[in-house]
Amino acid sequence: MKIIVCIKQVPDAKDVRLDPKTNTLAREGVQSIMNPYDLHAVEEAVRLRELLGGEVTVLSMGPPQAEEVLRQAISCGADQAVLVSDRAFAGADTWATSYTLAKAVNVIGAFDLVLCGKQAIDGDTAQVGPGLAMRLQIPYVTCVQKVREATDSGLVLERMMDDGYDVLALDFPALLTVVKDLNEPRVPSLKGKMRAKKAEIRRLTAADIGADPACIGLPGSPTQVVKVFPPEARRKRAVFTGNLDDQIGQLVDSLHPYL
Amino acid sequence: MDYFLTEEQEMIVGIARQITDERIIPQRAELDENDAFPRAILNEMARADLFGIPIPEEFGGFGGGCFDIVLALEQLGRGCIGVGTAFAASSLGIYPLLIAGSREMCEKYLPDVASGKKFAAFGLTEANAGSDASGIQTTAVLDGDEWVLNGTKQWITNGGEAQIYTIVAITDRSKGARGASMLVVEEGDPGFSCGPKEKKMGIRSSSTTELIFKDCRIPKDRLIGRKGTGFITVMKTLDSSRPGIAALGLGLAQGALDEAATYAKQRVQFGKPIIAFQAVQHMLADMAIQLEAARALVYGAARHIDAHPKDISKVSSMCKVFATDMAMKVATDAVQVMGGYGYMREYPVEKMMRDAKILQIYEGTNQIQRNVVGQELNKEYGRA
Ligand SMILES: Cc1cc2nc3c(=O)[nH]c(=O)nc-3n(C[C@H](O)[C@H](O)[C@H](O)COP(=O)(O)OP(=O)(O)OC[C@H]3O[C@@H](n4cnc5c(N)ncnc54)[C@H](O)[C@@H]3O)c2cc1C
Ligand SMILES: Cc1cc2nc3c(=O)[nH]c(=O)nc-3n(C[C@H](O)[C@H](O)[C@H](O)COP(=O)(O)OP(=O)(O)OC[C@H]3O[C@@H](n4cnc5c(N)ncnc54)[C@H](O)[C@@H]3O)c2cc1C
Repeated sequence: MKIIVCIKQVPDAKDVRLDPKTNTLAREGVQSIMNPYDLHAVEEAVRLRELLGGEVTVLSMGPPQAEEVLRQAISCGADQAVLVSDRAFAGADTWATSYTLAKAVNVIGAFDLVLCGKQAIDGDTAQVGPGLAMRLQIPYVTCVQKVREATDSGLVLERMMDDGYDVLALDFPALLTVVKDLNEPRVPSLKGKMRAKKAEIRRLTAADIGADPACIGLPGSPTQVVKVFPPEARRKRAVFTGNLDDQIGQLVDSLHPYL
Repeated sequence: MDYFLTEEQEMIVGIARQITDERIIPQRAELDENDAFPRAILNEMARADLFGIPIPEEFGGFGGGCFDIVLALEQLGRGCIGVGTAFAASSLGIYPLLIAGSREMCEKYLPDVASGKKFAAFGLTEANAGSDASGIQTTAVLDGDEWVLNGTKQWITNGGEAQIYTIVAITDRSKGARGASMLVVEEGDPGFSCGPKEKKMGIRSSSTTELIFKDCRIPKDRLIGRKGTGFITVMKTLDSSRPGIAALGLGLAQGALDEAATYAKQRVQFGKPIIAFQAVQHMLADMAIQLEAARALVYGAARHIDAHPKDISKVSSMCKVFATDMAMKVATDAVQVMGGYGYMREYPVEKMMRDAKILQIYEGTNQIQRNVVGQELNKEYGRA
């Protein structure tokens, strides 16, 4: 069983600030973490390997410091890690990102399963998983909340829906995107941390994965960010007085126009 | 204060801290309320390799020392010393094997403890043998190829939850202090059972029971070390483990100080946050000073022990007394800083104050520790 988990390094949501001049994310001095959904993808991959044998490869496209989240994944049980990193990838949107990841997956080689988080907490598009599946020409299931059965040939899954869940069976090779209900990620182990410290992270450049320069980074990204701005904050303060019933009446009246 | 930990020690702290913050703290009140054994948390700790810290690498462990276990226990203690006690008692249960066990015994038992597949417990105390271990009544008599055990151990941590019990029994009453031996009893051995869980003031998530031996028959090779060396092994075991109890005290006090200081900044009386009152500030300052002094002593003692000096009884006892008396005082003062709110179950310091008391009692009461330090002084100054 060969599993590839795509992980993204994102700014810690607890720590996000906008640069008031440029209105873009102030990344300077902001803590980076593994995209929280991806932690669950790594956990599920490690559980499947514990059940069925095989190996788990974690893959990230990002700057050199994205090595940190790859090492974190190793400390939680992943076997090996690949970082695709190149200045030419800068400014990639979901289209270019999924192209790049697909090229990298092909270099890594044969696989049974690819796991992604449902969405990244910074870009938030939830497009990379499906985009990658499309490029790899494999079936995919989004928002997986439970793996019911796992064998060497495929999985039985629950897909989270607005009003319940679907039960789906699927054969390998396939791609899943996962939600947080799927599992509780383990705390890294001491041996895992030692291994992560020493692990060699495989580095791939644009040339290594045979990427077409026109399909990566800014040139390969049809999305153009024209303007980023924080929504205008319009806060009104109202103080209600009188007895409790009066106050509730005033509150209801004041909310009414917005309903 | 920076204690210049190694990278590996930072890893231990990081893992223990994550388990404490993400697993123990959210569950501690419920575990306490229900006297519930924290099996799932201990399993997570096992998966993270924490049980392997004191076990040599050749037996599947991490090969760590006293300081490594102290660092882990300090973090766990910040969350809940009930959970910390369950963890520490498993280490306590295997120290006799590490100290005096044969290679075969270590190979048989230690890998499963390192991986967390099995828990251990240590059985010394009896109804008439508390501080005075010479009162032990439990006997082990050799009958052919088997030891036959009779007697009852009392207040044994991890009783009913452990699979491996290292116990002290009298093998030759005529030899006095040289008549006791240590043996391994396994869950399921014929004639061995555990009593019901005791109802306790604190550390309620840890399990405390009797161990009952009624013509309990175990194979001859369960003897740890040579016959008659039981008390020596017990003393060495407790000397090694006491800094861990001190570390639980450090963690508990840190947790109490964190709660009290945070609260004192938020609570407004007479138009000011109460931290602005000098009387409250001084109380918090004394808590912080005592805690840091205790931490420096415990860390220093642990590093001293890791250098394998000949005799560690005195430093081991000193750090246990100081850190656990400090923890009791800091927990009590944290309740005081928080006033009536501190006395309520909704706030964690109520539990911390109940829990702290055990640290001054088990693994040798603080009076007994002072006896040890005093006797050592008597020896040292007698030589001059
Ligand atoms: C409107 C908009 C504005 C943008 N603005 C900027 C900008 O200002 N600056 C900028 O640099 N980029 C910008 N981007 C690019 C955006 O960060 C990329 O699209 C990003 O690489 C992937 O999209 P996502 O974060 O939405 O991922 P999602 O599709 O939400 O992620 C789902 C999953 O895909 C996988 N995944 C995603 N990215 C990676 C990766 N790099 N490596 C490995 N696995 C991955 C993970 O498993 C993740 O959980 C913008 C994109 C959009 C749509
Ligand atoms: C929750 C809990 C868990 C425990 N877990 C374990 C365990 O896992 N394994 C195990 O073997 N035991 C365990 N014990 C037992 C514990 O170690 C004993 O309770 C402790 O050693 C004290 O013995 P005692 O309670 O009989 O007190 P006693 O010895 O009866 O002492 C009563 C009081 O007299 C004082 N005192 C006694 N002798 C002297 C003296 N010579 N000088 C000055 N003061 C003295 C003591 O300090 C104490 O204040 C546990 C106890 C508890 C409560």
